[in-house]
Amino acid sequence: MSTVSPTTQPVETWSPTDDTDLEPDVPWIVLVWNDPINLMSYVTFVFQKLFGYSLEKATSLMLDVHEKGRAVVSTGTREKAELDVFRLHEHGLWATMQQDK
Amino acid sequence: MTQLLRRQRAVIVRRSDGAFTLRLSPDERSLLTGLANQLDDLVDAGPDDPLARRLFPVAYPDDETREAEYRLLAGEELRASRRAALEIMRSTAEASVLTEDEVGAWLQSINALRLVLGTRLDMQEDDDGSIEPSDPDADARVLYHYLSALTDVIVTSLSGAL
Repeated sequence: MSTVSPTTQPVETWSPTDDTDLEPDVPWIVLVWNDPINLMSYVTFVFQKLFGYSLEKATSLMLDVHEKGRAVVSTGTREKAELDVFRLHEHGLWATMQQDK
Repeated sequence: MTQLLRRQRAVIVRRSDGAFTLRLSPDERSLLTGLANQLDDLVDAGPDDPLARRLFPVAYPDDETREAEYRLLAGEELRASRRAALEIMRSTAEASVLTEDEVGAWLQSINALRLVLGTRLDMQEDDDGSIEPSDPDADARVLYHYLSALTDVIVTSLSGAL
């Protein structure tokens, strides 16, 4: 943590009212959450098909979702993350996105 | 998630030329056509219908503004995609050979049917597939497990094409 010297004057800073450009360089992560309905074989297949992951990587991500409740399945810009979330939703997976901070 | 341990019936098999042979009884084909019609109505209803809500998940759980935007832009596209997949399954319901894309549309549609039915039945992860004859939802449970087995078979056949 940083410390502030008592003699330092507070600096006036501009703060954006719109958060659109807040931390534009922080990448977005796409999370898939565990659900009781989707089959393990199906989820593994969807990871392979949508992201081109190997069977090993897709299986390991699927097991993370199953055992830990969620897994990060892709990262990138907001546009990319939103497209990935959309394609996961198309396939019925429980996907959300957030900035990785 | 759920793991199936039953033996698979070879209802969809990948051929050496990349197409897929579909072996379903006339009863199964008409069942799936009927279910596709019902799901079409639910997709039209959209996320306002509690049963359809599972088909339209939330993208931004912590950001109402962006979620509203996503719902607006992606919601209609998601509906169109589901309708298109259902239409492919209906129009090829009597076919004996399917292309890989058509099998993909079958998979998307059958999994959507499972999601809706599983949500209605409040299926849990540890469900062992046993069904009490006195259960008023016994028929729906049989149907759910049938669709699960079908999903598993299709995944196996499509995985061979990856």
